[in-house]
Amino acid sequence: MPEELLLSTPDLPSSLYIHVPFCVRKCLYCDFISYPYSSDGESEYLAGLEREMALWEKNVAGERWTLSTVFIGGGTPTCLSSGGLGEIITNVERHFNLAPDLEYTVEANPGTVHRAGLEALRRSGVNRLSLGAQACCSNTLRTLGRIHSHQQTVEAVRQAREAGFDNINLDLIFGVPGQTRAGWLGCLEKIIALRPEHISAYGLQLETGTPLCAMVDDGTLQPCDEDLQLDMYYAAIDTLQHAGFEHYEISNFARLGRECRHNLVYWHNGGYLGLGPAAHSRLDMRRLANEERLDNYLAVLAGGSLPIIRCEELSEQNDIFETVFLGLRLSTGLDLDSFRERFGVTLDQVYPELVARLSGANLLEINANHLRLTRRGLAVANTVMAEFVPFTKS
Amino acid sequence: MERDQERIRNFCIIAHIDHGKSTLADRLLEITGALSQRQMTEQVLDNMDLERERGITIKLQAVRLEYRARDGREYVLNLIDTPGHVDFTYEVSRSLAACEGAVLVVDSAQGIEAQTLANVYMALDHDLEIIPVINKIDLPAAEPERVRQEIEEVIGLDASDAISASAKTGTGVEDILEQIVHRIPPPQGDEDAPLQALIFDSHYDPYKGVIAYIRVVHGRITKGMQIRMMATGKEFEINEVGVFRPAPVVVDELKPGEVGFLNASMKNVKDTQVGDTVTNAAQPAAAPLPGYRQVKPMVYCGLYPVESAEYEELRDALDKLKLNDASLIYDPETSDALGFGFRCGFLGLLHMEIVQERLEREYGLNLITTAPSVVYRVNTTTGEVIEIDNPNKMPVSGSIESVEEPIVSATVMVPHEFVGAVMELCQDRRGTYKDMVYMGTSRVMLKYELPLSEIIYDFFDHLKSRTRGYASLDYEVAGYRASNLVKMDIMVNGEPMDALSTIVHHEKSYHRGRALVEKLRGLIPRQMFEIPIQAAIGNKIIARENIRARRKDVLAKCYGGDITRKRKLLEKQKEGKKRMKQVGNVEIPQEAFMAVLNIRDE
Repeated sequence: MPEELLLSTPDLPSSLYIHVPFCVRKCLYCDFISYPYSSDGESEYLAGLEREMALWEKNVAGERWTLSTVFIGGGTPTCLSSGGLGEIITNVERHFNLAPDLEYTVEANPGTVHRAGLEALRRSGVNRLSLGAQACCSNTLRTLGRIHSHQQTVEAVRQAREAGFDNINLDLIFGVPGQTRAGWLGCLEKIIALRPEHISAYGLQLETGTPLCAMVDDGTLQPCDEDLQLDMYYAAIDTLQHAGFEHYEISNFARLGRECRHNLVYWHNGGYLGLGPAAHSRLDMRRLANEERLDNYLAVLAGGSLPIIRCEELSEQNDIFETVFLGLRLSTGLDLDSFRERFGVTLDQVYPELVARLSGANLLEINANHLRLTRRGLAVANTVMAEFVPFTKS
Repeated sequence: MERDQERIRNFCIIAHIDHGKSTLADRLLEITGALSQRQMTEQVLDNMDLERERGITIKLQAVRLEYRARDGREYVLNLIDTPGHVDFTYEVSRSLAACEGAVLVVDSAQGIEAQTLANVYMALDHDLEIIPVINKIDLPAAEPERVRQEIEEVIGLDASDAISASAKTGTGVEDILEQIVHRIPPPQGDEDAPLQALIFDSHYDPYKGVIAYIRVVHGRITKGMQIRMMATGKEFEINEVGVFRPAPVVVDELKPGEVGFLNASMKNVKDTQVGDTVTNAAQPAAAPLPGYRQVKPMVYCGLYPVESAEYEELRDALDKLKLNDASLIYDPETSDALGFGFRCGFLGLLHMEIVQERLEREYGLNLITTAPSVVYRVNTTTGEVIEIDNPNKMPVSGSIESVEEPIVSATVMVPHEFVGAVMELCQDRRGTYKDMVYMGTSRVMLKYELPLSEIIYDFFDHLKSRTRGYASLDYEVAGYRASNLVKMDIMVNGEPMDALSTIVHHEKSYHRGRALVEKLRGLIPRQMFEIPIQAAIGNKIIARENIRARRKDVLAKCYGGDITRKRKLLEKQKEGKKRMKQVGNVEIPQEAFMAVLNIRDE
């Protein structure tokens, strides 16, 4: 099935995501696929990943994929050995064409980087570094189960600059149990002082099955008050805008021209290829999901097949829905002209009266023929987006 | 085998829930060979899933057992099962009427409970021979002597030869069979008299139509006979008569004293009313058997589909349930808040819950149930009497002379240390103290008159929790009594919600109103705007709460490229919303419509 599916894939996407399923230690809030790092695990994984790339290359024989964004995420890519990470980068070059203006991001944990490794990354073509700072205050870092201190974040940024990175993102989390508004504002100041080009600030979501969620459920930790988390969100928007960052997506802020191009592909509901366990792809009208567990992923590849566990044929309804809710994440909003071009209908034809109703409630607004969330709507984005769920009789 | 009446014994088992009725029935089936050991993996008599889950018997069944007694003779023993819940008292009385004797099973560690007592009295009213059995004597906590005394003192039965038994281990079960044979009198029917057979239950079979469970009292009933139902006057031609052993087995005829079934292409259980008499249309009996009455619902509630498009499906489902449940009553009604639905009448709360659960489980319907209401009688200033099964049918206050509500006389049995707690609860529920009797040294029987509306919902739960589970309850309707009752309305976002209106006692209305709006504040999720919730009597607002506007939902990550996950989350969010009813601008979850039930005065 996967093979024929690929042959009918005329438009090769130009974005690649690679999932590295290892961490030094899993953070307490995280429900992504990740395993404790081991060198045996690393070499098996690297071999599997290479095989996966080769299979994709073979299946689209005759054409070369040309990538304009690559994102190596995880997990913690930088917990791999320097040679291991280098091998992934070399293999990407062997199996894919790289566009000249390539955006090449690697995620890193401040506790796992060092000068030499960063220099090697930069030399091999990586030009964007995304550091998981998450918080500054040591209590909050501990609650999250991070392995590093704020001092290490500061140090990591300094070393990245020295290694030649001029495009750095810092990830932050707010609404952590025990975090105060003042603590959060203090953290934002410290992060701004590091002069990153990009900041992601996500509200903490307690995912079922994570230790942090269990601690809140059993009363060990007090969850962050809903109103406080909202205050923190608006405070972040105001503070970062004041510091010269553009609030270009619900949770993302960037200096002019430093938006994450890879993530913009997601938000524009474009195509991308995902490699590694639990990675996802969108190819034309199909969404693919890889085997989540590393052992299954490796076993399928060892048998010579792509490790795809789910293949969803997107209905036009769902494609439209996804385009809308992803587009609404952007501050510029959903481009209504592009929408009509893409689907041959206007948004109003698909969702009669809905936009008017939500605009009437001051949740959506139209600006320069883009539909976007209002400041009020940002806070209840999910509720607004859920209104666009296509009607299906179950 | 010959089937003369001398060798027939018809009996039922009277027991409190958990005192071991089903286990004993299983054991009787096993010993008489009606079922092999291998088939005994589950209790056979309770064959509805719901019954098994709740551990109670709702629908009756009858089983024919063949037993070779110690005297060397073969006997036919018909075991007629009885439902074990106060909602189904009339059905119990009809199955008792089909018997000559009853095995009274009392848990040797627990003693007699109120429900058991009520059923024993009913059995004595029907002149049944009672065989007391003290069960579970294998338990370490067993006190057979105390229980024996209790049977003598409380019921007034001679318990000197009560059988000590353990249905679980099989101890004493043969003795029970022997006593059934020797103490219960055989039927005394006249084979040559015109046919009189009592219908004590029925069920709907999709292939054969209604199967009526009958006890032949006089005459014979045969295949091909034209029969008449004496209460409804309907006539049918019999396709089959048979017995349950326990699987149905067709026989040529049923003679006096025999218990079995008939089917006659009857399409509706209404045609085979429990308690009705079957007679031969060609040679009818002069009079029906005594005791028939039409069952009247005690409790009404509104049933509405969450999706108004499911109205037709709901009606079809009710029609189908009705095939099997003659006591279910429903009529279309309309609510401003909930749209089109049905007003349904039930024998009691358990009956209501069963119907509701079956509609949701077996027919996949998504329902909103309004708070149950009893039937009030309103005497108007013009001298009319109006019966009201829905608070919204209450006339305007100016035209009301008085309002009467149904009253029950309730019996509670409880260890004496809990008497205070029970009395307090009964006072709280507007009860009138009637009587208190000591049963032996440790237990007390309390009698109260209580408004039915005060006990239909959670009275029993409270009784249990205040007595650490020791209390048992039985009640019967004892008429109507005038009371200071008013209609309380609830307004959400300024709009009256007819589905939340209730009739309450005036003195309790402020408290109820306050508690209800507080409860609703907790149940209705925060929405995009502030929502006031008010309770009102007439034009007077008696309580108010505000639901603050929701300001935020999850501001989470987009999970990298896993767009599907995000989409599913949004779909789930929307799905959750669909389970709510849109009333005006406000989305109200189903639980809110039942909120009024969970409001209490403590």
